[in-house]
Amino acid sequence: MPVSDTKVASMRDAVTEFVRDGDTVAIEGFTHLISFAAGHEIIRQGRRDLTLARMTPDLIYDQMVAAGVARKLVFSWLGNPGVGGLGGIRRRIEAAPSAVDGADGLLPRLEVEEYSHFGMVARYTAGAANLPFMPLRSYFEPDLPAANPRIREIESPYGDGKVYAVPPLKPDVTIVHAQRADRDGNTQVWGLLGCQKEAAFAADRVIVVVEELVDETVVRADPNRTIIPGLIVDAVVVEPFGAHPSYVQGAYDRDNRFYLEWEPITKDEDALQAWLREWVFELDGRAAYLEKLGPERLAALRPSGPAPSGAVDYGAYR
Amino acid sequence: MTDAAFSRNEMMIVAAARELAGQRVCFVGVGLPNIAVNLAKRTIAPDMELVYEAGVFGARPARLPLSIGDPTIVTGATSVVSMYELFSLYLQGGLIDVGFLGAAQIDRFGNINTTVIGDYGAPAPRLPGSGGACEIAITARQVFVIMRQSKRSFVERIDFRTSPGNLGGAEQAERIRREGGWLGRGPSVVVTDLGIWHFDETGEMRLDSLHPGATLGDVRASGGWEPKVAPEIGTTAAPTDLELRLIREELDPGGAYTR
Repeated sequence: MPVSDTKVASMRDAVTEFVRDGDTVAIEGFTHLISFAAGHEIIRQGRRDLTLARMTPDLIYDQMVAAGVARKLVFSWLGNPGVGGLGGIRRRIEAAPSAVDGADGLLPRLEVEEYSHFGMVARYTAGAANLPFMPLRSYFEPDLPAANPRIREIESPYGDGKVYAVPPLKPDVTIVHAQRADRDGNTQVWGLLGCQKEAAFAADRVIVVVEELVDETVVRADPNRTIIPGLIVDAVVVEPFGAHPSYVQGAYDRDNRFYLEWEPITKDEDALQAWLREWVFELDGRAAYLEKLGPERLAALRPSGPAPSGAVDYGAYR
Repeated sequence: MTDAAFSRNEMMIVAAARELAGQRVCFVGVGLPNIAVNLAKRTIAPDMELVYEAGVFGARPARLPLSIGDPTIVTGATSVVSMYELFSLYLQGGLIDVGFLGAAQIDRFGNINTTVIGDYGAPAPRLPGSGGACEIAITARQVFVIMRQSKRSFVERIDFRTSPGNLGGAEQAERIRREGGWLGRGPSVVVTDLGIWHFDETGEMRLDSLHPGATLGDVRASGGWEPKVAPEIGTTAAPTDLELRLIREELDPGGAYTR
């Protein structure tokens, strides 16, 4: 059997096989292409003790932390951009010990490891390129290196001053959402690219979730758009609207209403737990989630019009 | 125009936008910088290149995004790159003229905290953290700040230094920037809901202009130190009808930024 026939999987099977208790998991995508579908399946399957890595934890890690899947968070910006905070995470890292001491059925304190954006993308890049660290010109006077001793000052070996180093980040599993892939996992993305390429190459296992499964010829017609080769992909999951309430360039818009409505939910632990029951635990998968959202809500997120790229001619050479 | 015709938040956004006159390449921070920069692009700085940390150079947003990551910053942009390329080639490579940041706390020397209030290990509350701000503050040629001013935000001592300003003063900051090979010259302007501050030769911020309706008493009551004030303090020109119309009808009809 060709390898390509073994990769296409349901979300349930992909998470069962490739996401394990205790793993370091990176669901990347910078505001764009965030795999909420994978996060919800990880919650439903009850994974525990995960280290969750993401530049911007966003609503998906707020939900996953509140559901109790995580032991630790690795990040560079913690919030609901333009709206407010992530209460499910904040309640587990802020003062008030009574909320986090593990007593009374409450979840234990969440360990945090914090960087800046450049630090996080540099970490994935070092992990992907098999380097022991990545140097960057940041952190010189700020307090972050004191708060996170893994950020270290180093002297240039060429005698021209000091820079800072961050260690490689090598997730056990990276999960990315994309516009399309073929059956072997050759994955194409347009719009914001974030750090998905680096996070995927840095990982031991890779799950790609796509809006559309396409024929290999579609990929080969536009190789510049392929950011992840099937070579490093373990599973391909087809899950249209799987990034909602985040967005997919050209397919559907960011559901800003959802992000605004998250603010009162995340501020109240009971409301957050009720939301998880209603929208994750009581549903058996993404199809049920989309049905519950309703076709009108989804249709309203379609782009207001087309904006196609001009085609380029790669030329044939024999 | 009377004071009642516009809000203090609208005045702050307008004043911040005007400070961008003549700037070529601006790195747009999350929150209030986003609306100020987009207003400048539609008024005083139409040729300015907007850079978003999400990986966009030359953005032309058709609407004001709620988040700084949004499909509208991609469609019609000059270039979309990975975030490693954005931070290494564009920012660290020295191509950014102005980094426009927000802040939860700032001190008189323009050092910024967006990480925690209180102790790092047990914060109350926990704030978002650096994002790209730490490296923007070090590498952008100058830093502009927009923030609401209060006893909680204008403080004698910030709880955590997320992004360096003029450290303990101009002399120390200039030495460290020179020795460390920083490209940035640090903060140059802070626009608040009460006035416009620039930085004097000692590296401390100095109030140069009061917005219409704001008084020195308001400023003193909303800060943790005795402020330096320019000998001939100006009054910020009130927003024009065009600026107000752009904010209210085009950029922020829902009032997300101006409430």
